[in-house]
Amino acid sequence: MPGGAERILKRRIGSVKNTKKITRAMELIAATRVARAQTRARAARPYSEQLTGVIESLAAGGADVNHPLLRQVEKVENVAFVVCAGDRGLAGAYNSSVIRAAEREIQALRAEGGDYKIISVGKKVREYFEFRGFALHATFEGFTDNPTYENAREIARAVRELFDSGEVDQVELIYTEFISMGTQRPVVRRFLPLEDTKTMAEAGGGDAEALAGFSFEPSPEGVLEDLLPRYVEARLFAALLDAAASEHANRQRAMKAATDNAEELIIKLSRIMNRARQESITTEIMEIVGGAESLAAGKGDDTKPTPYDFDLADAI
Amino acid sequence: MAFAVEFVSPETSLYSGEGTQVVARTRGGGEIAFLAGHEPFIGSLQVSEVRVTEAAGETRSFAVRSGFVSVTGEKVTVLSDLAVPSTDIDTAAAQADLAVAEEALRSDEHNAFALEDQKWAELRLRLATGADA
Repeated sequence: MPGGAERILKRRIGSVKNTKKITRAMELIAATRVARAQTRARAARPYSEQLTGVIESLAAGGADVNHPLLRQVEKVENVAFVVCAGDRGLAGAYNSSVIRAAEREIQALRAEGGDYKIISVGKKVREYFEFRGFALHATFEGFTDNPTYENAREIARAVRELFDSGEVDQVELIYTEFISMGTQRPVVRRFLPLEDTKTMAEAGGGDAEALAGFSFEPSPEGVLEDLLPRYVEARLFAALLDAAASEHANRQRAMKAATDNAEELIIKLSRIMNRARQESITTEIMEIVGGAESLAAGKGDDTKPTPYDFDLADAI
Repeated sequence: MAFAVEFVSPETSLYSGEGTQVVARTRGGGEIAFLAGHEPFIGSLQVSEVRVTEAAGETRSFAVRSGFVSVTGEKVTVLSDLAVPSTDIDTAAAQADLAVAEEALRSDEHNAFALEDQKWAELRLRLATGADA
C-alpha cells in the first residue's frame, strides 16, 4: 500500500505540532505569571515585616495575653489542615505532592487516634479528597493563581472559627514554598496556635528594631488583640502568594518538558515517515524493474539491463 | 520638621515619603496627631480617616478600616489591611456595602461586624464627597 503509512504519519506529525504550539504558549504564559506572582510577594513583604516589627516592640514591652489564638493544648487531638494547591492541573507534580503530604499527615494523625478537618484551597485539592471520601470542612477555589488579601481573610475567618470554638486544637498549613525559580517544595507548617510573641518576633525577621519604652493605645494587650488576627491573615496571604508563584513555576517547567518532548516526537516521526516514503519508492522501483525484466525475459531477449534501468537506479 | 512616613497594606504600599504631620484615630484614644520627635508609640486604629501632611504642604487623606500606627524615633508607619486613598474611593461599592450592613443591622442591631461595616461605608462616602467638593 504505497503512501498509506506516510499519510497517517503526516497527520500525526501535524497533531503533535499543534500540541507543541499549545504547550509552548502555556510555558510562556506561566513564565510571565511567575514574575508577576513574585512581584506581588515582594509587594506584600513590607506589610508583614512591619507587622512583625510591631510584635517585636510588643514583646520588648512585655505584653503577653491569653488571646484565644495563643491557646495551647496539652494533648492535641483534633487537627485542621489547610491544604493549598491549585485549581488547574498541567503543572507537573505540583498538586499531587501537596496533596500527598497532606494525606500523609492525616493518616499519621488518624493512627494516633485524632480526628481531622480539611480546609481545601484549590479545586484539585477538593476533587481529590472528595473523590476519596474524606470529609471537607470548608472549600475555597477559583483564585489560586492570583490570590488577593480578601481571599486570605476569608480563609482565615473559617480557620479561626474552628480554632476559637475549640473544635480543633491545632491548625496545620500545607502549601508549596517558593525557594527559587528552580526549587519549590511542599511544606507542613504549624499555623495555630501561634507561638508566643518572642518566638514570633525572632522568626519573622522584621526590620524595626525592638525598642522598649513604647507607649501603647489602647494598651499593649489591646493592640496585641487587634494585631494577632491580622498576623494570621498576613501569614496565610504570604503562603497563598508563595503557592501561586510555585504553581506557575511548576507549570512552566512541566510545559517546557512537554514542548521538548513534542519536538523530539516530531523528529522521530519525521524519520519514520521519511523511511516509509523511501521504502515505498524502493518497492515501486523494484516492481518496475521486476516488471521490465520479466517482459524482457518473455520476449526472449538476453537479460542484460537496458541503460534506462541504470539511470533509474542511479537516481535513487 | 519632616520625617519619614510610610503607609503600607498587604497588597501594596499606599504612600511612602516625607511628612510633617500624621493624624490618626486610635481605638479608645480619639484623634492623635504625630509631629516630628514624637515619643515611640504604637496604636490600634479605629475605622477612621488618616491624614498625612506632606513636607511640600499637600495633605493626603486615606480611609482606613482597621490597622495600626507605629512611631519610632524618626519614622511613622501606618499599617492597614484595608485602606483606600480618599481620591480612589468607589462610591457605588461603598453605597452597596452600606445597604448590606444596614440590612444586617435591621435583623440584629448589635452585630459587631455589621456595625463596623456600616461605619466603614459611611466613612468612605463622607471622604469621597468631601474630596469632590
